[in-house]
Amino acid sequence: MRAVITVIGQDNVGILAKVSNVCADAGANIIEVTQSVLQGMFAMIMFIDIDKLTAPYSELADRLVALGDALGLKVHVMHEDIFNAMHRI
Amino acid sequence: MINSHDILETINMIDNENLDVRTITMGISLLDCIDSDIDRACDKIYDKICRYAKDLVKTGEDISRDFGIPIIHKRIAVTPIALIAAACPTKSPIKFAKILDKASKTVGVNFVGGYSSLVHKGFAPGDYALIESIPEALAVTDNVCSSVNIGSTRAGINMDAVAKMGRIIKETAEQTKDKDCIGAAKLVVFCNAPEDNPFMAGAFHGTGEPDCVINVGVSGPGVVRAALAKAGDCNITEVADIVKRTAFKITRAGQLVAQEASRRLCVPFGIVDLSLAPTPAVGDSVAYILEEMGLEQCGAHGTTACLALLNDAVKKGGTMASSHVGGLSGAFIPVTEDAGMIEAARSKSLSIVKLEAMTAVCSVGLDMIVIPGDTDPDVISGIIADEAAIGMVNSKTTAVRLIPAIGKNVGEELSFGGLLGGGPVMEVNTKSPSRLIARGGRIPAPLQSLKN
Repeated sequence: MRAVITVIGQDNVGILAKVSNVCADAGANIIEVTQSVLQGMFAMIMFIDIDKLTAPYSELADRLVALGDALGLKVHVMHEDIFNAMHRI
Repeated sequence: MINSHDILETINMIDNENLDVRTITMGISLLDCIDSDIDRACDKIYDKICRYAKDLVKTGEDISRDFGIPIIHKRIAVTPIALIAAACPTKSPIKFAKILDKASKTVGVNFVGGYSSLVHKGFAPGDYALIESIPEALAVTDNVCSSVNIGSTRAGINMDAVAKMGRIIKETAEQTKDKDCIGAAKLVVFCNAPEDNPFMAGAFHGTGEPDCVINVGVSGPGVVRAALAKAGDCNITEVADIVKRTAFKITRAGQLVAQEASRRLCVPFGIVDLSLAPTPAVGDSVAYILEEMGLEQCGAHGTTACLALLNDAVKKGGTMASSHVGGLSGAFIPVTEDAGMIEAARSKSLSIVKLEAMTAVCSVGLDMIVIPGDTDPDVISGIIADEAAIGMVNSKTTAVRLIPAIGKNVGEELSFGGLLGGGPVMEVNTKSPSRLIARGGRIPAPLQSLKN
């Protein structure tokens, strides 16, 4: 199973590293990352594998959202099924 | 593979356009709690609700967190209490209201629906006592919602019940006048009430339903409005297509939540109710969608046409997105719960007369409308009869949820706060229908009921 992490906000040094660290700590394998910076706005979409998590999924989600709050970024962690449901027939 | 546009679109819907799943409602049958000893019946009801719904709120929160989509309400609908109360004819059914309230607080849901009675063809044992107890039941409880079905396409309209409900609505408001008459906001009078509606205050668990079931109500007026705003001045056919596409996506989210809740709670999935349910939050308004279609303000001539298109397109888009559709399924127009409707009512662009026309093409009826506190009960009954006639003839659900603002008149306002919102007292035609209401009897079912 996969989840999608999105990070949106003001660009800064080390966002990707910090998010990746939290993922690694929880045993989430990063599958794919797309990232862009447009006019100082940072937008990242990261697919992670959540089958072999060492911490509960909800805890990982909470940690990432808290990290976002600390960095002034909007972080969403969502199961990929929601996107498949809404955008695929 | 999901592309980044789809992901960001969903995130934007949630963050900026108020996309949410409005409610997960667990329907619970209380038929096996019937007992001639009212205390024993109450014990069984409390135990059953607490047993079945103990994980409802937590499961809703977990699903919300896992999928990242807000789920606003977790609620319970039960078998119409008049059926349970029929077994204890000498006791006041108020005890049932109190036990439902207590159970709702124990499991943590914010509303429990089903203090209800179905009297479209006549009164059975339990019905009189339950209906008479509604004003007190809604005054002494916090979370209990009540509904009475007084008509149907198949049965016609029970005018004795219509007469009674005019008075009951007024009394309900009177008994809660120190709380902005909030009791009346929890009382719905239906024609063609659906048995699987997840939305309050009209939710109850019909007798044709299984022992326990999960029904989900979706929402998302803000998303539809934003999609129309992006499209600009396109042709009205394109408007309908945009609404359909948006409704499809919203409903798919609801369907996913419903399936997941059903799986996690080990309870059968019932239906998804495809509704656009507004909230008083700016940007979450059905009126704004109608205005986005090209009206200066909701209530202007053209409003009914816009609403008809909206209601139809929501169903067309949503039907394909869900395996089982039910409940009310359409656009809601509760005045006090919709920022755009409140503004339109304040500026007198929107009147009860216009709202009545709108109810012929939308999913419910005259919903959350504040009327003068001195309105004659027979006038309220007249409004109920008109609304029921629209539902009966058009084979659709219509409902009346009026709030007589005790001690207030046109120009003043009521404020309930929260999702119930608040709004101005609207003018009603005070000419008396008393002779009509006093006739009693039953309006015969229309020809369109003879479908066999």
